[in-house]
Amino acid sequence: MSQINRLSGGQLDRSRPLTFTFDGRSYTGHPGDTLASALLANGVRLMGRSFKYHRPRGVVSAGSEEPNALVELRTGARQEPNTRATVAELYDGLSAQSQNRWPSLAFDALGVNDLFSNVLTAGFYYKTFMWPRAFWEKFYEPIIRRAAGLGSLSMEADPDAYDKGFLHCDLLVIGAGPAGLAAALTAGRNGAQVILADEDFTLGGRLNAEVEEIDGTPAHLWAATAVAELQTLPNVRLMHRTTVLGAFDHGTYAALERNADHVAAPAPDMPRQTLWRIYARQSLLCAGATERMIAFQNNDRPGVMMAGAMRAYANRWAVTAGQQVAVFTNTDNGHRTARDLAALGVDVVGVIDSRPSATATSAALGDYPLFAGAQVVDAKGKLGLTGVTIRRADGSTRTLPCQALGVSGGWNPNVSLTCHQRGRPVWNDQIASFVPGAQLPQGMRVAGAAAGLFSTAEALQSGIDAARAALEALDLKTTALPCPRAEDGAYDIAPLWYVAEGKGRKWLDFQNDVTVKDVKLAHQEGFRSVEHLKRYTTLGMATDQGKTSNLGGLAVMAEATGQSIAETGTTMFRPPYTPVAMGALAGRAAGKDFKPTRLTPSHHWAEEQGAVFVEAGLWLRAQYFPRQGETHWRQTVDREALAVRRSVGVCDVTTLGKIDVQGKDAAAFLNLVYANGFAKLPVGKCRYGVMLREDGIAMDDGTAARLAEDHFVVTTTTANAGPVYRHMEFVRQCLVPEMDVQLISTTDAWAQYAVAGPNARKLLQKLVDPGHDISNEAFPFMGCGEITICGGLRARLFRISFSGELAYEIAVPTRYGDALMRELMTEGAEFDVTPYGTEALGVLRIEKGHATANELNGQTSADHLGMGRMVSTKKDSIGAVLSRRDGLNAPEGVRLMGFEALDGETTLPAGSHLFATTATAQGASEGWLSSAAYSPHLGKSIALGFLERGQDRLGEVVTVANPLQGQSLKARVVSPHFIDPEGERLRA
Amino acid sequence: MIIPHPLLGPRDAQEFTYLGDAGLINRPYWLSEDAARAFHDYLYLRDNPAGQHRELWFHEQGDRSWLVVTRDTTTHEILKVELARDVALARRGAA
Repeated sequence: MSQINRLSGGQLDRSRPLTFTFDGRSYTGHPGDTLASALLANGVRLMGRSFKYHRPRGVVSAGSEEPNALVELRTGARQEPNTRATVAELYDGLSAQSQNRWPSLAFDALGVNDLFSNVLTAGFYYKTFMWPRAFWEKFYEPIIRRAAGLGSLSMEADPDAYDKGFLHCDLLVIGAGPAGLAAALTAGRNGAQVILADEDFTLGGRLNAEVEEIDGTPAHLWAATAVAELQTLPNVRLMHRTTVLGAFDHGTYAALERNADHVAAPAPDMPRQTLWRIYARQSLLCAGATERMIAFQNNDRPGVMMAGAMRAYANRWAVTAGQQVAVFTNTDNGHRTARDLAALGVDVVGVIDSRPSATATSAALGDYPLFAGAQVVDAKGKLGLTGVTIRRADGSTRTLPCQALGVSGGWNPNVSLTCHQRGRPVWNDQIASFVPGAQLPQGMRVAGAAAGLFSTAEALQSGIDAARAALEALDLKTTALPCPRAEDGAYDIAPLWYVAEGKGRKWLDFQNDVTVKDVKLAHQEGFRSVEHLKRYTTLGMATDQGKTSNLGGLAVMAEATGQSIAETGTTMFRPPYTPVAMGALAGRAAGKDFKPTRLTPSHHWAEEQGAVFVEAGLWLRAQYFPRQGETHWRQTVDREALAVRRSVGVCDVTTLGKIDVQGKDAAAFLNLVYANGFAKLPVGKCRYGVMLREDGIAMDDGTAARLAEDHFVVTTTTANAGPVYRHMEFVRQCLVPEMDVQLISTTDAWAQYAVAGPNARKLLQKLVDPGHDISNEAFPFMGCGEITICGGLRARLFRISFSGELAYEIAVPTRYGDALMRELMTEGAEFDVTPYGTEALGVLRIEKGHATANELNGQTSADHLGMGRMVSTKKDSIGAVLSRRDGLNAPEGVRLMGFEALDGETTLPAGSHLFATTATAQGASEGWLSSAAYSPHLGKSIALGFLERGQDRLGEVVTVANPLQGQSLKARVVSPHFIDPEGERLRA
Repeated sequence: MIIPHPLLGPRDAQEFTYLGDAGLINRPYWLSEDAARAFHDYLYLRDNPAGQHRELWFHEQGDRSWLVVTRDTTTHEILKVELARDVALARRGAA
């Protein structure tokens, strides 16, 4: 038994069979099928279970609005939950599973929920799981999560790539139905840059689903011809399988292109999906309309679907959902379904038209039984429709046997994108629905059914007109296109939202299981605002965002409140228009590629040495260089730190920010951005400087070297390189625009190495070219200069020390960084030169009492850091005025101090809080440890930290509390300068 | 958002870093009698209007210009874009 419901005709490639499985069973379909059309062709109507009651459900729509037919597509790592079978393009080998059912789709144990529907009404969770409170997390929620819900994840990493792209155009046309095609042809022939995007894999929209003619040609062939012409135009980009998800500011749109969802797996060099950012000078929304349901008892039976969908399945996919079908409509439009299916040989058992005025002469389009003024009052068949009960105009009831019922409650223009920039739709009585309001996203127009123009002739004409208006707005040439002849039939709706008769449940929102009764109950319980109604009943909050259900819910609410629907209003439409995979939003920025990784010039050298790396902002820095036999990182770090103090070490400090400051006013400028004075710094000298924020809190510190009268090089901490540069540009452009000074970041232009230790000079002297004297006399502490090394390579030398040793930082153009590092190692061999990483760097600077980001943490003032006197009172500088506020200088405030573990051994955890040993359990913290290390030089655990009145508490023993790990230790307060407080080493 | 840069034409807002109210250009004089109060007001008392707002944007991924963008915060309509340096110089001229 295969494809028992396949009809003749359709837009399929019948020469090729495609095999696929659903819940393990094998079926066949053809290229051109969707999973939904192929399942229907094979007589499968039951495709899923509902979210809350586990009701059996079948496909309702033929598009992206589908609420019911959600499946898990594919297997293994590519398994994707909640895929709409209506938009899943069939391919050979496709595998799909139904979801939210156990043990099987036909018999679902949690179908028992349906029996308790009387208590599972609106707000059930809010009312029931209130008490006892503690039960929620441990008991209620896990059970509810298991019972309710949709598909499941594979729990494996997504193996596919996702891309992002950027496009620009004069006119973005959203939707390729009659209006969109006419618009794209108009703009394309006039030479404008056009993008035509449509979510379908075949362009044409409803033209592919209807039996009608355009200029005497079958509509779907006219569409194919139009697409073929557009493909020849170099100024038109056709984007199939592309959903425009959102309209953003200033003509920016997001669109998702499904590059490889229609095949089993993307080709190796193909992304699965691409998220496009489209910059459109003008846009035209031709997104069509979505048909809506009429709620009646058991209208969720598998086999009950939208009349337009039933017609699309028949005409485009050559499928009928049953051998006997009926139609329930309140418009002329619904009659097309009966006409088309009858023409294809399907037994149309009746058209139930709720309009009493509908007569065989006014509405009927063919020879089928017409029940005017009648309503469907019930649907039979648990796992699949077997018949409908109708109430005729004369009051009599009758049962019509059928396996499928097409329902047309009218069409709702797809206004979603018109509302993404605060626009609100307005009610239109003519079509009993909302149409786009006057306030549209910048540059947007609306044409065709999206604008409430439902006939093909109106769609074509409005598409042409809107495209011309868009081009005129851009001052582009617009030659009119003759409008093709097309269908211009009546619509003639008499609104019917739900059938009053019957006590059973009448379904509005199929995906979240919301009934007419739920909406009425919400109203009865005091919910009046539509936004509250939505959140209380969850109407329209499922993955379909209520595309087929929202208006029905609003109508029931309006009736209950005695207001019109226009007065009741709608909830807000927000992006995205259809669900988007997280992977598409991430694009390539996943895993290690989440952020760029910056490598220093000698990174590969460090790798060769077996360095362990640590992330520092975007940079990877060598953390330490383990040697054979070292089994613990502390061994390595201790060795590296001691080697620096004993002989010489080299550390890569390229990552420090470097800002080149030049101009006549360079010194005056630095005098403003640094709290301490820079105006009188002589050429050839460096100075340590601290920058404050305007609120007086320390921002960053570093050195500035004066290479010439009008030329400085400023260094910043690694993390603050960007922010400090931004700040300095702010000061330059916004505060002192009259100064002659220019800034540029040269962080990437220079590789820089710290050469530190008693033998630092001896090592460097081997590299420095003759003619450059770097003796202590010629090149004293804090000296700087431009030199050449290794036979003519230009370099900059700074005699600055972070470690407290005799030390230099030497900078060479980036491309020589690797070579310089290797040269330092070769030439340093006689001194047993030791490369050291950021850990040893940290140990050395803690021993010396130098602050870093741990201390300049955005909460500390210059006074707290013990640098209060550096803030000059003799000049203006950023932050100086407010740094003098009492609160930042209070004698009882915190002060940067050193701490020694009382037993010398136990690690003092950074982040610990400090208390007086006499403090009670209720006492407030008196400070904190900011940096801690084991000092191999001193042979004990030390730390830097901030302590209230620290300067007066030298020698005091304080409690170091680390409650996270249940630790309470003792430490002695000491000077933060653990080694060489007089600075003799660095001046040696 | 698209910000029409006075030198570079329309640029995506992603290229910029936002700072806030353009009043930050009007930094008080450090020796004025009520400097502490003036700096307090300058730093902390800024408007955050729903509607037209002059604000500072830094073209960090571009030419590193600071711009004064006049924007309606309720609609994101951009009414005027100036180089902050020009605004600051004009202020000097007026003072």
